[in-house]
Amino acid sequence: MIRFLLKGILRDKQRSLLPVIVVTIGVMLTVVLYCWLTGILNDSVELSARFSAGHVKIITAEYEKNINQMPNDLALTGVDTLMLKLKNEFPEIKWGQRIHFGGLIDVAGSNGETRAQGPAIGFGIDLFSGDPSEKERFNLAKSLHRGRMPIQPKEILMSEEFSRKLNINPGDTVTLIGSTMYGSMAMFNYTLCGTVIFGAGPMDQGSVVIDLEDVRKALDMNNAASEIVGYLPDNYYNEEKVDKLVIKFNKLFPKSEDKFAPIILTLRQQNDFGKMIDQIKQIGGFMVLIFVFSMSLVLWNAGLLGGLRRYTEFGTRLALGENYSHIYRTIIYESLLIGIIGSISGTFFGLLISLYMQNHGLDLGSIMKNATIMMPAVFHARINTLSFFIGFIPGLISTVVGTALSGIGIYKRKTAQLFKELEA
Amino acid sequence: MENTTLISIEGLRKDFPTSGGRFTALNGIDLKIGKAEFTGIVGPSGSGKTTLLNIIGSLDSPSEGRVMVLGQSISDLNVKQAALLRRSKLGFIFQSYNLLPVYTVFENVEFPLLLLKLDDSHRRKMVMDTLDWLGLTDKAKSKPAQLSGGECQRVAVARAMVKRPEIVLADEPTANLDAANSHNILKTMVRLNNEFQTTFIFATHDDKVISYLKRKISLIDGKVLKDEITNN
Ligand SMILES: Nc1ncnc2c1ncn2[C@@H]1O[C@H](COP(=O)(O)OP(=O)(O)OP(=O)(O)O)[C@@H](O)[C@H]1O
Ligand SMILES: [Mg+2]
Repeated sequence: MIRFLLKGILRDKQRSLLPVIVVTIGVMLTVVLYCWLTGILNDSVELSARFSAGHVKIITAEYEKNINQMPNDLALTGVDTLMLKLKNEFPEIKWGQRIHFGGLIDVAGSNGETRAQGPAIGFGIDLFSGDPSEKERFNLAKSLHRGRMPIQPKEILMSEEFSRKLNINPGDTVTLIGSTMYGSMAMFNYTLCGTVIFGAGPMDQGSVVIDLEDVRKALDMNNAASEIVGYLPDNYYNEEKVDKLVIKFNKLFPKSEDKFAPIILTLRQQNDFGKMIDQIKQIGGFMVLIFVFSMSLVLWNAGLLGGLRRYTEFGTRLALGENYSHIYRTIIYESLLIGIIGSISGTFFGLLISLYMQNHGLDLGSIMKNATIMMPAVFHARINTLSFFIGFIPGLISTVVGTALSGIGIYKRKTAQLFKELEA
Repeated sequence: MENTTLISIEGLRKDFPTSGGRFTALNGIDLKIGKAEFTGIVGPSGSGKTTLLNIIGSLDSPSEGRVMVLGQSISDLNVKQAALLRRSKLGFIFQSYNLLPVYTVFENVEFPLLLLKLDDSHRRKMVMDTLDWLGLTDKAKSKPAQLSGGECQRVAVARAMVKRPEIVLADEPTANLDAANSHNILKTMVRLNNEFQTTFIFATHDDKVISYLKRKISLIDGKVLKDEITNN
């Protein structure tokens, strides 16, 4: 009997191939959308990670308390040894030292008088060591608006808007007025080599980017850094991995009374990122839910229609003495089979597309006129554990439930009625 | 008329619920039908022929009265018992054949035997014998769509007959057939009736069918008007 029914499904393309294709497409769309959304949300978290928070960040306990004031007098010291230790203990993590500082940018006129002046937020990052990872994290090359990247000490990058405000162009000289790590005044001259667009209001108003070593010289911060940021190898914030890292770090650097001892913060622990991550997850979950629901309706209907189309067959089978319950069971098994095959193939193709999107991304660079630091032009999909299962909700459950409901229709009808329908 | 009574109907009434109340399709039917009869229920459209046949076939149940088929009361059967009765003792032939389109002729005829859980070799023999009987051997591997209307109805007869049922119920079996095919089918059924003592009950208003009947039960407005033995 099973063989007989299987023959039936296989031969009737409307009953096998068509529903399998419908389920496959539905499941594929669900999987791709899910991975896509996860990817975009993930990108926005990664952006914050790259730019400010790191996946983890190491600072001094005291620095953390006043973090908004960028108190470089509380910065990490003895960074060389610290970096060495980190690299040894966590070889898989990529570490980067940074200095955040505030100051004044002064532009001198031809006679040495101040021509223009503005408050600046400074980023001291590694530009010249030969390791391009920090430059890449800041997406500097691609966000360049005028001029060129710094290639030697004493060169400075500035946000485009700031340079306009100060009315200066690449090649002009500016003076940074700030304070050293020890509280005395610091003045240092730089040549503006290029401008960048951050794509985020406050930072476009007055930011400068200077090579880390240059900043150290200017602010008297030899062998010191505001923070050391750490990144997981695949550039993807994974809370489990980060939590493990933190546990190991805390063993290596036990809590001490020393206010300048390094402590570690995860992305989640900084600012409102924890809330943001949770919200992102909620919004993502909600959108996927809506899509899964609408996909479910489609597949449900497909199951329903598939059942209705076969009332004649069911009527005949009933007349020949097959039990209601047996017919019902067989159509449920059929839909299960179709749901499973469709969900598996849909998930397979969905993951394939998503994998491509994860590795290559969708480059909207040509549509979006200017790539900026805060708005990357490439969107990536992201596959996670749920990507493997999410498609089965519409694929399997809806198909079967749709069929189950249409099947109840057979039960409700009296045999003779089904019969009348087939005589008509 | 034979002496073994297979079907006995007493005071049968059948009402259908309608929007305005209910419609009485059969009213006060009393009948006995015996073994190996070749009987027709005849009458104009709407007279209740199909309704009566459906009740005898346990596809529908009486509103009132007693309908005994092969010793079982139709009103007392639950769906499972009714299915068992149909599966093991009754054969159906429909106006529109109702063959399962994805299956071959062989498989269509085999289906009732699968429901009876007969083993493979047994099934095969019964199907081939029946196909042979109906001159369908060379069509065994064809699909219904590849057959003529006459051939389709012969397959339907084979499907009804393959399990050697006690009773075959045929509702307008010739309505979709031309004269030659109608006579062919009817002659086959007469042959089966003679050979296997199978009881045939028709619902029809086709004169060709009527001309083969041994007994003619005339129905009008849900009542038996005449019940006569014909001289076939
Ligand atoms: N399910 C139903 N609900 C309501 N009325 C019904 C139902 N089935 C049959 N009837 C009515 O019962 C009457 C008898 O119907 P039936 O189908 O038995 O007639 P028939 O003699 O077979 O006619 P025909 O020769 O056209 O097939 C008709 O008037 C029909 O409208
Ligand atoms: Mg009728």
